[in-house]
Amino acid sequence: MGTITTAVQTASLQSAAEATNVGSPVLNIAIFGAFVAITLIIVLRASRNNKTAADYYAAGRSFTGGQNGTAIAGDYLSAASFLGICGAIAINGYDGFLYSIGFLVAWLVALLLVAELMRNTGKFTMADVLSFRLKQRPVRLAAATTTLAVCFFYLLAQMAGAGGLVSLLLGINDKVGQSLIIAVVGALMIIYVLVGGMKGTTWVQIIKASLLIAGAAVMTVWVLALHGFNLSDLLGAAAAKGGQAVLDPGLQYGLTDLSRLDFVSLALALVLGTAGLPHVLMRFYTVPTAKEARRSVVWAIWLIGLFYLFTLVLGYGAGALIGADAIKAAPGGVNSAAPLLAFELGGPVLLGIISAVAFATILAVVAGLTITAAASFSHDVYASVIKKGKPAPGMEVKVARITVVIIGILAIIGGIGVQGQNIAFLVALAFAVAASANLPTILYSLFWRKFNTRGALWSMYGGLGSAMILIAFSPVVSGSETAMIPGADFAWFPLNNPGIISIPLGFILGWLGTITSRVKEDPAIASEMEVRSLTGHGAEGATPH
Amino acid sequence: MSTDAPRSVTQLPAIDYIEVEESPEFQKLKTRHRSFVFPLAIAFLVWYFAYVLLADYAHEFMSTPVWGNINVGLLFGLGQFVTTFAITTWYVWYANRRLDPIAEEIRDDLGARSNGNGAL
Repeated sequence: MGTITTAVQTASLQSAAEATNVGSPVLNIAIFGAFVAITLIIVLRASRNNKTAADYYAAGRSFTGGQNGTAIAGDYLSAASFLGICGAIAINGYDGFLYSIGFLVAWLVALLLVAELMRNTGKFTMADVLSFRLKQRPVRLAAATTTLAVCFFYLLAQMAGAGGLVSLLLGINDKVGQSLIIAVVGALMIIYVLVGGMKGTTWVQIIKASLLIAGAAVMTVWVLALHGFNLSDLLGAAAAKGGQAVLDPGLQYGLTDLSRLDFVSLALALVLGTAGLPHVLMRFYTVPTAKEARRSVVWAIWLIGLFYLFTLVLGYGAGALIGADAIKAAPGGVNSAAPLLAFELGGPVLLGIISAVAFATILAVVAGLTITAAASFSHDVYASVIKKGKPAPGMEVKVARITVVIIGILAIIGGIGVQGQNIAFLVALAFAVAASANLPTILYSLFWRKFNTRGALWSMYGGLGSAMILIAFSPVVSGSETAMIPGADFAWFPLNNPGIISIPLGFILGWLGTITSRVKEDPAIASEMEVRSLTGHGAEGATPH
Repeated sequence: MSTDAPRSVTQLPAIDYIEVEESPEFQKLKTRHRSFVFPLAIAFLVWYFAYVLLADYAHEFMSTPVWGNINVGLLFGLGQFVTTFAITTWYVWYANRRLDPIAEEIRDDLGARSNGNGAL
């Protein structure tokens, strides 16, 4: 019996490996092409009203909470979380699941403390809120700097991920081919964002999130059906194949005291970073009221939570049906767990659909990041700092569009440059910077009346600087076999994630800067911000078309 | 402040925000908001970090089987999902009933004072 199943599994595994390499790339490309064609038509149709800055950056504030919540889920469930978490659970079992919980619980910070108040006080960007009652130019510049830093790290990780995904899904293994695909992804993204603005980008996110969640749901029901709809049986099957340890914590993070501490640091960055991610914050401006912003987060929490529950089943399902060793041996390694499972269940067609969805995911997340970075540069740096709040009519959107092209080209070059590098830390770094540089200032400006300009600047630059310095001198950059520069060793910071130091530092610096500054901010504006943030008085509503 | 760029948010005419902020109505809204979200935020963060530390440092306890192949760790993990969904639902219920009506009242009042600007 045992040998028969092994033989069958080996056979199906070989065909799966062949399919991912040779058999189905045409089908994968066809399904992905259909996705691109459909979304492009929708983007073109949605873009007809893109005239003002509110249209371009905030989609005329005309989306409903449900639509925006789905788009938030689309922004948040990147290829890293779909392929990465499925693979992590398939191989490391419980510890992969542990990872996904931080990503979900983090949304409570956004729901309870940030979303509605941000929506009520700001207009387009995070800096709108942070500079409301503080000195405009320095605070905006600092907020734009941290926004661009987070977007850049996140963008680079996604673009590099695209190259790896291509080798897995389309069977393109040579460097030139992968570079070409990265260029195609970048060019498509530029078109989406240039033409569609926030409205087009949001629709791409909505379609992608729906496809991703529906695909994962189908596979989840399928895997559960194969195990008699009994979670315990599924876990048993996974344990039979991968060993009892996959059910217990500690397989990945429990190795040494240092790796345990590293996980605490990561958990801190995950739970506090989400509410400081600029591309998530910007989504709150695409709805007409704070109440819709609240609804958006509620939708996002349910969709994201449901999705992570699916990944639990999919990850253990891949562990049980395919096995950790076979996943690690497949092209794409850990990331191949979900695609291999799709092939195992539904053959080349399901594999094609899941591959196309995974690829569409990268495209959509990259588009969301790009429009955020472009809005921050043109609204905060160009219009508010360079033109002192008086840009020529229409210039702000024009600058934003030019920025989109520049960021797109930089992302393509960067994505090709970091190909094959160990870039997983870039996403963790983006979360750590968001939690150390953005969240303290956001919370202080919303809830602490005495908070002032010096506190904001110290917290933002201190949080950003410390996170980046600690990463530069950590084992992910040098001094270990998997490091970016494996030959050199200048690492003195032992952890992979800087959060445990840089996040408290961001909070402390914000407090220290505030109490040491003699400059008092205008109490009338502080009152105005408080009244507006809680009541929604004066907040811009939907633009009529 | 005055020499800096004008704030990009819509400028509203002559409302004494300090007075509005000190009004009993607004203070009631602020108290209701903060006395709900602050304790709840602290509670879920404590529960989350308790879970993370247990999963990180108390492997034996988390590996205790409860039913079939389902162990304490999995139940605690799924418990994080349940509490997240529950807090979300609770907050929406509270905000709809206890926060929105007062916020709306103050907003309408301010909107009337600033010539309808607030009722955008």
